[in-house]
Amino acid sequence: MAKLSTGIEGFDQLSQGGLPRHRTSLIVGGPGAGKTVFALQCLVNAVQRQGAPGIFVAFEESPSQLAANGATFDWGLASLAARKLFFMDAHLSPTLVKSGDFDLVGMLAMLAAKKQEIGAQWIAFDGIDVLLTLLQDPVAEMRELYRLRDWLADNALTAIVTAKTESRSATAGHYGFLQFMVDCVVRLERRQEDRISVRTLQITKYRGSGYAEAEFPLSFGPSGIDVGATEPLTIGHKASPQRLSAGFDRLDAMLGGGVFRGSSTLITGVPGTAKTTLAGKFIEAACGRGERALFVSFDESAEQVMRNLSSVGIQLKAHVKAGLLRLYSARTEGVSAEEHLLKIRALVREWRPQCMAIDPLTAIAKSGAQGAARTVANRLIYMVKDLEISLMVTALSETDGPEGEATDLQISTIADTWIHLSYLVRGGERNRALTIVKSRGTSHSNQVRELILNASGPSLSDVYATGGEVLMGTLRWEKEAEESARKLRQRVQFDQKRRELEFAEASTNAQIKALQLEQERRRADLALYAGEDDLQTASSSQRESELRRRRGADPTETRAKKNGNGAAR
Amino acid sequence: MSRRARTTKARPAGFTTVVVLRLYVAGGAPNSMLAIANLEAICAEHLKDGHKLEVVDVLQNPRRAMAEGVLVTPSLTKLSPQPVAQVVGNLSDKRRVLLALGLKPNVE
Repeated sequence: MAKLSTGIEGFDQLSQGGLPRHRTSLIVGGPGAGKTVFALQCLVNAVQRQGAPGIFVAFEESPSQLAANGATFDWGLASLAARKLFFMDAHLSPTLVKSGDFDLVGMLAMLAAKKQEIGAQWIAFDGIDVLLTLLQDPVAEMRELYRLRDWLADNALTAIVTAKTESRSATAGHYGFLQFMVDCVVRLERRQEDRISVRTLQITKYRGSGYAEAEFPLSFGPSGIDVGATEPLTIGHKASPQRLSAGFDRLDAMLGGGVFRGSSTLITGVPGTAKTTLAGKFIEAACGRGERALFVSFDESAEQVMRNLSSVGIQLKAHVKAGLLRLYSARTEGVSAEEHLLKIRALVREWRPQCMAIDPLTAIAKSGAQGAARTVANRLIYMVKDLEISLMVTALSETDGPEGEATDLQISTIADTWIHLSYLVRGGERNRALTIVKSRGTSHSNQVRELILNASGPSLSDVYATGGEVLMGTLRWEKEAEESARKLRQRVQFDQKRRELEFAEASTNAQIKALQLEQERRRADLALYAGEDDLQTASSSQRESELRRRRGADPTETRAKKNGNGAAR
Repeated sequence: MSRRARTTKARPAGFTTVVVLRLYVAGGAPNSMLAIANLEAICAEHLKDGHKLEVVDVLQNPRRAMAEGVLVTPSLTKLSPQPVAQVVGNLSDKRRVLLALGLKPNVE
């Protein structure tokens, strides 16, 4: 099936290429659902992108009204020559009287002539129901629709027919035939959800082609209709191995070296857990590296955000002045999530940040339907990831447990890193605790840390887990003091013990020395005794030799003298 | 069937004004043929005093028809006297045609 691109953001993806070429597509919907804009945008895009002229047959509005409405979009409708886009004024005069049956033969002849003249390839019949109603005859209506179908087929035109439906179920009667007649049916709807107008688009029929069957959010942006289906079915984000600081050193250390570039980080926590501070720190770190950053805050003015962050040592003003940082603040009351998405998308495209923070993302769910806000949150994150922007979003959680974290928007599954902040109330204090719930692709810490805010910024501290209890704040300080006292005591005790042992050793050594001296003394005694003995022996041998000499002795004298010397040693 | 103009001369006497009509038709399409017949009958009966009728075939003159704001066929326009009035359809409802043309329908 040959298709022609409509140029409507998101729709070409849903329909896998656009509207069927040389076939008729029907756009049905209630008032204000966007049928006319859809048809007009298709034709304008056909002229501007494919150079294909078109004819717009307006049954409901005059060409001047259409021109005025079209001028609110950035299509440059006024500059389009009538030879490229011809408006046929077909709105019926209120004074018109009907008498008897009529047909479209004449009108189709006029359109055929116009088609020849400008070489039209597209045609739109906007509000055909107005004309059909005038026939006041179901048989005649069907007859004219057949005529229209044959004419379109003969003229090889790609046609868009729009028709009003009063309510969702009002598709009976001639619309049934109308839907049968065409090859593609697109249903547009506008309804009220929680005081917010919600528009949706759904393809309900597409002959010979696959299409996304779900109902998709639709919104009006500066470029016309924007269908919320910008995320392709397959995810193709690049995965950078580069790490970025998540804000400060200890947090980076917990994350095993920071977050990946182009990844998304979710910070959840109940009010007052310093989510904004962490987001601010992340942005400050980005600007510090010389990167462009965008800080989106809801329900808090830019000035207020900067003032509050400066109280914890996060200075953003200088980065704003240097042209690195842009702060955008938006009110959420009465603004639908879709509108926020469009605004943020326009900002991102204009500012081209490398790092971005949204605080809090949950604010977009404040007005309007939860379901819409959920898809918007998802689309926002995917869009930012597609652009390889490192993102940090904060989300307000209603409950202080991990089970209630970010379930409202269900964004925790698509965030790469999830940091949860909570309170720990003990000992008359409320202290902040930081946990990393998950961090894809990093070896992150499983420890709970105490988050401490002071004038120099946020920092983390180890917590004490004793006897199954986590201690923080003053209790942690007490515990720390107790611990250090215990250590001191231990050191003193150890020193004392050491000295005792040294003393024991010294006394042992002294005893050894004394014994050695005693031994030496004994040896000396022994030697003395031996000497005396020698002397005695010597003197006796001397006496003997004297005796011998005196008695006329023999030469044994010398040997005996030698023996006496050895013993004296 | 191309442009046809039939004029019945108004009688010089009296205050009656000439009614100027233009009927757009689409060739020999059934509704168009019927419209011509119906209009001729109405004119014969109610506009004896004088009228000017131009029949324009849209199939032959599509650009002119578009320029003159024709939408569907058959379609009758009363150009004069003011106000301009428009009737679409095969003119089978005579009463409505007469009302639109500013003529009093005879009570039947």
